[in-house]
Amino acid sequence: MKEMRKQILKYLEKNSRADLGELAILLDSDEVSIANELAQMEKEKVICGYHTLIDWDKAGEERVNALIEVCVKPQRDKGFDKTAERICNYPEVTAVYLTSGGYDLLVTVEGKTLMEVSRFVSGKLSPIEDVISTTTHFILKKYKDHGTLMFHKNKSERMPVTP
Amino acid sequence: MREPLSKKIVEIKPSGIRKFFDMVSEMPDAISLGVGEPDFDTPWRIREEGIYSLERGRTFYTSNAGLKELKEEISKYLERKIQVSYDPASEIIVTVGGSEGIDIALRAMLDPGDEVLIPQPCYVSYLPCTTLANGVPVVVPLKQENQFKLTAKELKAAITPKTKILVLPYPNNPTGAIMTKEDLEPIAEVVKEHDLYVLSDEIYSELTYKYDHVSIASLPGMRERTLVINGFSKGFAMTGWRLGYICAQKRIAEQMLKIHQFAIMCAPTNSQYAAIEGLRNCEGEVQEMRTAYNQRRRFLLHEFKKMKLDCFEPFGAFYVFPCIKEFGMTSEEFATRLLDEEKVAAVPGTAFGDCGEGFLRVSYAYSLDDLREAISRLGRFVERLRAQG
Repeated sequence: MKEMRKQILKYLEKNSRADLGELAILLDSDEVSIANELAQMEKEKVICGYHTLIDWDKAGEERVNALIEVCVKPQRDKGFDKTAERICNYPEVTAVYLTSGGYDLLVTVEGKTLMEVSRFVSGKLSPIEDVISTTTHFILKKYKDHGTLMFHKNKSERMPVTP
Repeated sequence: MREPLSKKIVEIKPSGIRKFFDMVSEMPDAISLGVGEPDFDTPWRIREEGIYSLERGRTFYTSNAGLKELKEEISKYLERKIQVSYDPASEIIVTVGGSEGIDIALRAMLDPGDEVLIPQPCYVSYLPCTTLANGVPVVVPLKQENQFKLTAKELKAAITPKTKILVLPYPNNPTGAIMTKEDLEPIAEVVKEHDLYVLSDEIYSELTYKYDHVSIASLPGMRERTLVINGFSKGFAMTGWRLGYICAQKRIAEQMLKIHQFAIMCAPTNSQYAAIEGLRNCEGEVQEMRTAYNQRRRFLLHEFKKMKLDCFEPFGAFYVFPCIKEFGMTSEEFATRLLDEEKVAAVPGTAFGDCGEGFLRVSYAYSLDDLREAISRLGRFVERLRAQG
């Protein structure tokens, strides 16, 4: 990968709101090159989206998240893809991963209430033809999400002036 | 009652930073750009190793020169980084920060009257430590037009028959200057010609941008003439762990070890175990920090350019050293007014030697958000001064 691309991506991964002009200064480039590179990466789907990490608890909004382990019967030629893609279609589903280990798919689901998520699992997910079993884990507290600490960290105790 | 104090110590001036520190401390809402240490926490895996070592009950002294394992890692690290090999058993001493290295080197090598060349602006310790070791400090003032590098000409002009040691503090605090191989070669020639030793303080060696760090010890014929000081404070963000090291040929190291042995005993055991992890597995973390510093460095230089503040481009450490001579006031006045009027603290250049007059040390060991705010205040201040003419 081109060094410039890597630098842009590493920066945006942590801060997608970067101002192009400033990014150009930080990465020792110019605004036009950065804009072109970004456009190209968006086109190539290297950059798949720009999202915001929100602490919904603090925002005062009820949200319930769950991790669901899903065992799936793989299909000839298609493996797990067909079932996985089917699960992706539900708007409640925020992520679907194929994993190694004791189950096949890890699905994350978001809903307004515990009831809503439970209903989704029992009413939509479990009945899917090749789904053999599900195990639902409700998220009780987020400590770290997307590389960001979700709890308060002590402020630096550096002295203000040192040689 | 008898005079309790030695004349020598009373005559040493306290650090110029102290006064400024007291002023800033009374202003809790000031944004400081005055810090000489990283803003990053020590990488977690290093801290964890420190915690484990305490849990395992490693709370005893180590051998005077330091843990064998650590010295071996230091030896490998230096081989990798500066291509100079030191025997872990006889040529490396683990010290309490790089600072102790400065002290024991000067004490081990100086006889009364020996002269030590100290290029300034520089870190605050070399001069008093020379005096304490009964040496005579000779300041070599450096110039912005040379990007605060030491030139062979300046060096030659300062040498007398009594000159014994040249202190070479690069990458430099406070200027951010570095010396490339091409810059060092003529210096090495003069050093050899005049039979000097070099005390090369390379504590910021991990923090160079665009150019890799080069140690003068790696130049032909210089290994035996050079004492290399380095440590974990800056590159590994471990200032509070107080851990550094000094490397020198066996004959010198043996004598330094005596001072270390009698005055210090050994560097903190806990820090030593933690540092092993740093040398083995933290290349990635160090690189991340370097990248962040470099981005901030570019940001500051760009902002200075925008506000038309004269500043050479430094390629090392985490300082920029803009020139404020156009405002017709001393560095101290400038820094004091900046603090009073805009609540931004930066250290006056004079804290690092008289030739720092007309300059300001701006540290970028701060997050970009902090720097943005501080710089906009500085910009406002500078504009107001210009408008007042």
